[in-house]
Order: sequence, then C-alpha cells, then structure tokens
Amino acid sequence: MASVPRLAGWFPVWQRNFLVWRKLALPSILGNLADPLIYMLGLGYGLGAMLPSIEGQPYVAFLAAGTVCASTMNAATFEALYSAFSRMHVQKTWEGILNTPLGLADVLAGEWFWAATKSLLSGLAILIVITVMGLTQGPMALWAIPAIVLTGLAFAGLGLIWNALAPSYDFFMYYFTLFITPMTLISGVFFPTDQLPGWLAFAGSCLPLAQGVALIRPLLAGQVPPDALLHITVLLATAGLAFAVALQLTRRRLLK
Amino acid sequence: MAALNSPQASAALCVSGLAKRYGGTPVVNGLDFAVEPGTCFGLLGPNGAGKTTTLRLCLGLTAPDQGQIQLAGQSIPEAAQTARARVGVVPQFDNLDPDFTCAENLLVFGRYFGMKDADIRTRIPHLLEFASLSNKADAKIATLSGGMKRRLTLARALVADPDIVFLDEPTTGLDPQARHLIWERLKQLKSAGKTLILTTHFMDEAERLCDRLIVIDHGRKIAEGSPRELIATHIEPQVIEVFDETSGQLGQFAENHRSLAERVETSGETVFFYCRDPQPLLTRLHACPGLRYVHRASNLEDVFIKLTGRELRD
Repeated sequence: MASVPRLAGWFPVWQRNFLVWRKLALPSILGNLADPLIYMLGLGYGLGAMLPSIEGQPYVAFLAAGTVCASTMNAATFEALYSAFSRMHVQKTWEGILNTPLGLADVLAGEWFWAATKSLLSGLAILIVITVMGLTQGPMALWAIPAIVLTGLAFAGLGLIWNALAPSYDFFMYYFTLFITPMTLISGVFFPTDQLPGWLAFAGSCLPLAQGVALIRPLLAGQVPPDALLHITVLLATAGLAFAVALQLTRRRLLK
Repeated sequence: MAALNSPQASAALCVSGLAKRYGGTPVVNGLDFAVEPGTCFGLLGPNGAGKTTTLRLCLGLTAPDQGQIQLAGQSIPEAAQTARARVGVVPQFDNLDPDFTCAENLLVFGRYFGMKDADIRTRIPHLLEFASLSNKADAKIATLSGGMKRRLTLARALVADPDIVFLDEPTTGLDPQARHLIWERLKQLKSAGKTLILTTHFMDEAERLCDRLIVIDHGRKIAEGSPRELIATHIEPQVIEVFDETSGQLGQFAENHRSLAERVETSGETVFFYCRDPQPLLTRLHACPGLRYVHRASNLEDVFIKLTGRELRD
C-alpha cells in the first residue's frame, strides 16, 4: 500500500473532524454566529446609544472587535473541551486511532489544529458580518485573520489541558466560570480596561484573550497594533506551551 | 518449547520477561511467549488476568516495566508506530465512528495508515463484502446490529492489509449466528496467511480457532500448548456431570462412587466426575433414576477451570 511520510500525521485526524463538521456545516456556522451577533447588536446599538465614543470609535465598533476575539476564544474552547472529550472519552475515537500507525502527538495535534480551525471559522464569520456592516476600516482588517488563528491556537491548547484532566463534562463548567467568563470581563472585550482598578487591569492584560484583543481591535480600526510583536510572542508561547502540557497530561491519562 | 527460549527474528510477535505493575500491583508478571507467522494464537485467562494489558503492551500503547517485545520485526515500544503499520486491531469495545457511514468509517481509518483515498476506495467494496455488509455501505453505524458492528470493526482492522491481526474478545456479546460468522471469517484470514492473536474467555472459541494458546492468571503464564495438548496433559479425557433433580441422593452417590473417577469436583447442585474409563460409573448411574447426567469428552473449558479455579472473578 502506498504510504505518505508521517510528518503530517496530524492531518488525517484533522480531516476526520472536518468530514464530520462538513455534514453539519451550515447549521453549525449559523449557530456559532447567531449568539455573539445578537449580543453585539443588542449591546452595541442599545447600550451604545447611551455611551460616548470609545477610543475614537462608536461603541458598536469597539464591541464588534471584542466580539471577534471572544467568539474565536469560545469556539476553540468548546471544541477542545466538549467535542474533544466526546471523541476521547465517550466515543473512544482516539483509542481507535492509537491502534493505527499514528501516535498520541498526531491525535492531539490534529485536535489542536482542528479546534483552531473552528475558531477561525467562527472569528471569520463575525469579521465578514461586521465588515459588511461597515464596522471595520480598510484592508488592514485582513491582518486580523492570522491574529484570529493565533488566538484560536492559544485557547485550543489551554482547552486541551483541561480536557486531559476532566473526569466528566461537568468539570468544564469550572473552566468557564473560573477562567473564561472572568477573563472576558477584564480583557477589554466589552469595555476598556482603564475602567478597572490598576492591578485588575494589569492582570487582565497578561491573559491571552487581552493579547488577541490588543492585536485585533487596532487592525479592524485600520491601525498597526502597538507592541504587536510582544502580543504575537505571548500568544505563540501560550499556544506552544499549552500544547506541550496538554500532550504530557493526555499521555499520562491514556497511555499509562 | 526450545524456540521460546531464544527470541526469533522470524516470529510475528515475541515477548520475553514482560512485566507491568499498576500502583504496585503486578498486572503482567513475567510473561514469555512467541507467535509463529500465519498461525492463530490465543491468550486465555479469567477476567482481570492481564489479557488486555498484555495486548496494550504488545501494541506499544503502554510501556512495560520490564521485558522485551518484538512485533512485526520491530522493538516495542520504541518502534511501535512502524510496527502498527503492519497490524490491525479489533478492540474489545466497538469504537466505530458514529458520525459516519460504514464506507466512511473505512475511508477515514485507511487515512490513518497513510493510504491514498483512491487506494482505500478500491478496497472498500472488498472489505464490505468480507464483512457481509455490501448492502450497508451508506448505512449509519447506529442502524447496525451488534454482529454487524463487530464485522465492520474487523473489516476496518484489515483496511491496510495487515500481516498481524489482534482481536480482543472478538465475539463477546454476540449471538451464536454472529459468532459463527466471525469464526468463519477468522479462519479465512488464517488461510490467507495472516497471523491472528486473540484474547478470549470462550473456550469453544479458543478450541476452534487457536493453533497454540497460553493460559494466564494473575499476570503469569500457567499453561501453554495446542488445545489438544492441553486437554491431553492437564485433564482426564472423559467427564460425567451429574445433577440432582429432586431425589436428594447426589451427595451420597458422590461419596460412594468417588473411587470410580480420577477426580471429582462439586459445583452447586452438580458433581463433575473426571475419568479415563466412564463405564463403571455409567452403569451405577443407570441404577439411580433420580439422578440426571451428561457424559461428554472433556474440553478446554475443563482444563481452564482446573487451572484457574471455579471462584468468580469480577
């Protein structure tokens, strides 16, 4: 039988998830799009009507950029938690794959890239809608696409860590209530962080969501993000480190 | 037996001194065996004997604490991924992809072996035919019966045309028709030159399929040989099972006729007489109409129970 080199061992795993997704693509995209858009439009125009412009832009445009980031984070997180857990623990899909020439690193990398792909689809869908609505400024907004991918990889890696530790689906609630939700509130998604006490604003600015926001919001407004290299480096480091930890923990869980 | 002491390069699987502990408890405790290519090898043992752990070790899915494993000419676990390219696995619990049809399951699995889509698609009709699922190519997994799922899992294990097939309790939970069909297919695979390595606790299955087998208990090998050899070495050739219907005579009968059998065992309301010459005992039984009995040749199950005891292993 013809064999391709094992360098891209993650690809058939990614491809498997893509094939499942393709069967449900339209409802999946609409579902991912509807919720954040409703919040964005409701808060952006409703609440925004009472607010002065923020950082030189209308509140709805400010919030639109935050929504791109939050949707990217949420899509990667859901995929790396609930969906990956189903495949690992409930359906034993990973177990089946580990009986083939693929190894755990291939499986986990396939899941990592897949969760990042889902987050890209989600972030991109919002980006297209807000661009059509005239809430982005010029072609600089295209640079938000690689920033979305980076943000997605960071959250996919972090999600896979929690997945490796999870005894059941219930465990994921803690990840949201203790990590995702507070982070969303202090990372400048809904309001500028200078509204917060200094220490809290600083803590927020260190978190990976804030890095994504710091890149994506200026890009959508047509500006070069300040300290872009720093934010890119932090996101890359978070993604790589999280994946390495997730791989180690998953190895301990499945190959003991 | 001499061959087992010197690990051979020609063996499909060769294991020596294998040991694995979990939390201080030995699960596999010094196993040695070798499997000749083109044969069917059985790994037998009660629940919790270490069968599944042994398979996981052989596939490189967990690292041994001690011992050497050679699978398809590769050292395990170091070169496990290379070895697994020549191996198919039928796991104990079906892990078919519920989101896919039968044909898609085969396609997706072939990709894990690095096969090209065109090559897999050429193989799919043959694999489905082998699994007697030709008319189910586009059926969802949820619509298949247990037997169909197991056959599809077997077909999936064959997608990359492996030399060696591992089967972990291949017919557990199947009805007799489904079991017989699986057995037929496994015999076909053996005729085609594949090496089969299976675990089971169905002794009739092992007796039908296995050229050689080992019995393990508490992670140790306690017997080894062909099914016939094991029966001949470990047990008397004839068994008479005597049950008490209502008469209440069984206890007394067993006591009085103990000397007519080489070995007598009681399990609940049944007494097993293991003997070389059954005639004297049969004559006495005719004189006791209150007792029912079955006279049969002894089989691998008798050997297994003699070796591993009658207590439950849950």
